[in-house]
Amino acid sequence: MGNPARNIAVAEPKQFEASKPEWNQIAESQEFQDLMATKKTFIIPAFIFFVVYYFALPVLVGYAPAFMSTKVMGVNLAYLFALSQFFVAWVIAGLYVRVANEFDRLAKDILEKAENGKGGE
Amino acid sequence: MNISLVMFLVFIAVTLGITYWASKRSAGASAYFAASRQIKGWQNGIAVAGDYMSAASFLGIAGIIAFQGYDGFMFSVGWLVAYLTVLLVIAEPLRNAGKYTMADVLAYRLKPRPVRAMASLSTLTVSTFYMIAQMVGAGALVKLLLGSMVTYNQSVIAVGVLMIVYVVFGGMLATTWVQIVKAVLLMAGTVLLSILVMAHFHFRFAEFFGAIGSVTYHDAKGAVVVKDFLTPGLRYKPPYGALDLISLGLALIFGTAGLPHILVRFYTVPDAKTARHSVVWAMVLIGSFYIMTTFLGFGAATIVGPDYIKGHGGTNMSAPLLAQALAGNIFFAFISSIAFATILAVVAGLTISATTSFSHDFWTNVIHSGSERKPGEEVLVARISAFVVGAVAIAIAIVLGPTANVAFLVALAFAVAASANLPVIVLSIFWRRFNTVGAVTGLAVGLLASIGLILISPSLMAVDPPTVTGTARHLIQAKAIFPLENPGILSIPLGFIGAIIGTLVSHEPTALEKYNELLVRSNTGLGAEKAVAH
Repeated sequence: MGNPARNIAVAEPKQFEASKPEWNQIAESQEFQDLMATKKTFIIPAFIFFVVYYFALPVLVGYAPAFMSTKVMGVNLAYLFALSQFFVAWVIAGLYVRVANEFDRLAKDILEKAENGKGGE
Repeated sequence: MNISLVMFLVFIAVTLGITYWASKRSAGASAYFAASRQIKGWQNGIAVAGDYMSAASFLGIAGIIAFQGYDGFMFSVGWLVAYLTVLLVIAEPLRNAGKYTMADVLAYRLKPRPVRAMASLSTLTVSTFYMIAQMVGAGALVKLLLGSMVTYNQSVIAVGVLMIVYVVFGGMLATTWVQIVKAVLLMAGTVLLSILVMAHFHFRFAEFFGAIGSVTYHDAKGAVVVKDFLTPGLRYKPPYGALDLISLGLALIFGTAGLPHILVRFYTVPDAKTARHSVVWAMVLIGSFYIMTTFLGFGAATIVGPDYIKGHGGTNMSAPLLAQALAGNIFFAFISSIAFATILAVVAGLTISATTSFSHDFWTNVIHSGSERKPGEEVLVARISAFVVGAVAIAIAIVLGPTANVAFLVALAFAVAASANLPVIVLSIFWRRFNTVGAVTGLAVGLLASIGLILISPSLMAVDPPTVTGTARHLIQAKAIFPLENPGILSIPLGFIGAIIGTLVSHEPTALEKYNELLVRSNTGLGAEKAVAH
């Protein structure tokens, strides 16, 4: 960028533009409905699971401290349960990245179709 | 010459070099605000970690564990798990539909001016509160670490000036690399410290946890106490301890995904997929770090002991004192300079998110209806506001002084992010019916509820003995009306209810009509902002 101050307008890449009916058409297309359905099948259960699993920790620690102090393997239940939270979070993140490749594949079809419909970029 | 000072100066020299390098690559709005959207996934992941793990984590959590054991570790858990909300719900739609700020996503289908004005107010509130907490902490800390060589005011000014220089000259690119350098240093220091702690216990976990089982110290009356530090309940006690823990958890789980300085990081990558990968990178680093607070905190409790820490600077010095006990003064200096780097990277991130929101949301879009009057104005305004924000933060930190009661400000920042920002971002992406009135009332209710509840909480309302003076005293000298330190359990539902009621009492056909566009954009990346080629 030789003269950045003047190049700002040129430097911004061209964005995809579409009219309202075109957006509605994409939103109602079978491909998009499939994408949303696939996303929801993973994201909603995963979200509910991690929220329940996480809040089980303060609830148990807060309301059943004696039980959580039970010694197991040289430590106690409270520490083991807290530690497990890290691994559960990592596993959910890993699973999400795997299924998200499928989201990307579905989204790519929609993108290509939309952009080709506009004569490409 | 003091080794800590030398290490501080080396770090400052490196970051100024980065800033000089970045200043040549920061021309144009997308370069200045979003590092040209060319940051790689792993780099952004490290930067998110560097942006997020503040001195409150490194020094604060280690200190809480060193003094209150297991309950401190509960913080560690929440700070990581919160990233699942960022990963599953926020990062990708935000990257797909926005440009520089979270308000971009709201403004897509809502009336831009009122929505951006409120979102900007909320962003500035979160960033300033968080920044003041960091600045006061930084001033007190640098003074402790460097001893009598610098005063509190000098350290506050040094931190403030450096953060202004990074942001004014180097923009997002410099901020990103300062955060990356800091995160690498922090991880290296923490791993080293953890290994040394385990070496002290002959690499036997049984020996380590055995020691945690009987930590000995003197209580306030001078009596010897032996406690199992792995037992819950040393900090969160009945009758409200359990509720406070849940409330804290809510603020962390929903607040992290509403922190403006974290959200802006996702605009620095080329696309949503990279944003996703950067969250995963961040989660690996952040998770490993918080697991290691086990060694930092319990290590300090067992090897150094609460009595010694209390006599040598207090809870926040737990980690540096542990380093000193294990490997002498050079390691103490190394850990201290990491703490310093930690603060600088976080305040730089806060400054750039505040200035981006002021300049892009408020100046360009609220005052001047969406267009620059001349090219480069948005960046110029951002640079000026970075200077102003920095100067104001320095002034407030100096007025408050080193003993000011500011720890609650971090809780407040998370509460506002969770109660004001998160509800409106989520509803705007996922609820077709959502509209402008809903967004404005949601932001306002969330913001006011968080501030109001903190005002009447034990953080600001308590009766101090006469020995406590000045800004260290609680603001209101009476018994707290709201019993919890963290308002999340009440303020988050209030934020959602405000947004929902505001929506239901009003009608906005354009917001409904444009929902499909936002839905498609946020879920497919169609028409998303692209990286700028150099």
